[in-house]
Amino acid sequence: MTARRIVLGVAGVILLAVAWELYKALAPADGLVIGGLTVLPRTSDAAMPHLWTMLGRALEPVSGAAGSPLLVVATLQAAAFSLGVAGVGLLVGVVVGVGLAMLMQRFRTAESALLPWIVLSQTVPLIAIAPLVKRWGATLHTESFRWEDWMSVAVIASYLAFFPVAIGALRGFEAPDAAHRDLFRSYGVGWWRSFVRLRLPASVPYLVPALRLAAANAVVGTVVAEVSIGLNGGIGRMIIVFGQSGSADPAKQWSPIAGAVLIGLVAAGVIVLLGTVLRRYRRAEVTA
Amino acid sequence: MSAAVTVTGVNKTFASKKQTTIALEAVDLEVAAGEFVSLIGPSGCGKSTLLRLIADLDAPTSGTVQVFGKSAKQARLDQDYGIAFQQAGLLPWRTVRENIELPLQLHRVAASARRARGDELLALIGLGEFGDRYPDQLSGGMQQRVAIARALAESPKLLLMDEPFGALDEMTRERMQTELARICADTGAAVVFVTHSIPEAVFLSDRVVVMSPRPGRIREIVPITLGGAQERTEGLREDAAFFAGVSAVREALHGGTPTALGVDNR
Repeated sequence: MTARRIVLGVAGVILLAVAWELYKALAPADGLVIGGLTVLPRTSDAAMPHLWTMLGRALEPVSGAAGSPLLVVATLQAAAFSLGVAGVGLLVGVVVGVGLAMLMQRFRTAESALLPWIVLSQTVPLIAIAPLVKRWGATLHTESFRWEDWMSVAVIASYLAFFPVAIGALRGFEAPDAAHRDLFRSYGVGWWRSFVRLRLPASVPYLVPALRLAAANAVVGTVVAEVSIGLNGGIGRMIIVFGQSGSADPAKQWSPIAGAVLIGLVAAGVIVLLGTVLRRYRRAEVTA
Repeated sequence: MSAAVTVTGVNKTFASKKQTTIALEAVDLEVAAGEFVSLIGPSGCGKSTLLRLIADLDAPTSGTVQVFGKSAKQARLDQDYGIAFQQAGLLPWRTVRENIELPLQLHRVAASARRARGDELLALIGLGEFGDRYPDQLSGGMQQRVAIARALAESPKLLLMDEPFGALDEMTRERMQTELARICADTGAAVVFVTHSIPEAVFLSDRVVVMSPRPGRIREIVPITLGGAQERTEGLREDAAFFAGVSAVREALHGGTPTALGVDNR
């Protein structure tokens, strides 16, 4: 089963590569233009470099300057940096999301008061909140603490990540059926111990998919927020900078794009791993 | 020693916007220590409601419910009763042993004492080798046995059971009844047992409380004289006294009017 899935996964990647090269080989160089509208993309080397050109470029130095690191090394460094920021963002998002869900589960009025705002929060475009976060953060300066740009990026990532967690956790915390709630009431234990022993474990089947979404959101949020905030060192900024040198060095920008994909894969992999660790909590509920 | 359960002048109404439903009206009942009492009656007669009042999962509208001379709430907080429902209600992420030990863990019993009690209970319900299985690996009857063991974990002197065998097939059901009789003989706990089945009530009970619906009332209490719990064995099901008990309960259920043969004989 696992072997089959691995083979299928590899086959999917190969298929994509073949499709890319086939299209490049067969489609007209200027793309398909109908009535002045480009319906299919251009296949010139500037628009669609060969896969091996991209790979080859990745193994060359970033620039002609002396001591410039290999493109692949620089990309991996940037990816690691962005992954770290996204990880912080995800962590904050999970804490906030689970905290809000606990509050809403505990107090019915909190649910009525908070839930509409939580949903509404996601309709605010990221671009709009980025400068706000940066400005508010700047007011947090003290002697020993300096608000850094990467913190702003992490906050924005957490802003996107907390939402699925809050919604999923709330559903999960309310998943135990009446018989289980009665049982815990009969044990005469308080809210907290019922929460730890019943609601929290029962929420895992809802939390794991929510975390998968949250991780993806955190990665996308980080990459985009890096651009909005103007944070250097991460993959988001790299995509923009290399993109600007597009016509001169078209293969270059594909390295950071691959890096962004890599971050997403690592983040998703971590959640899969977490789901495996928690598998005993994901056994199907069986009724007698 | 005070009675296990004393219900005095209890009324229970459920009020919704549209109407008020009288679930229980003027109910008086006393269950002696170690006594097995079944509540039987058609749907809507309030038998489950009465059980929930005793368990303090609901509060009576008026009247009092005492358990071992204390308020029902105090008895709940003191863990004076164990409870089992129609659905086994095991936590799917816990093994059989962990499910049985759940109330002990919640009440901070030391791990070693917990383990010893778990072993005892696993032996009592005959699932000694299944301690490390998960509920979804067990049949319905086995799950229900685990639920009963969990109810017995803190050695309560009172067991409250709401149609615990209602979802089981007939053969499993009879075996579970025999098993429950044996467990009661072993533990000497009083039992309040809600059921739909006349033979089940007669087979297990010292007294059968027959209830009628709308409003929920106690119509009649039928004493069953089949001997102590240790005498409730398979052979009893063929006994003339057993059939007499079944007839008596059935007549009480149908308000004393003679009924045709072949009534629900589950």
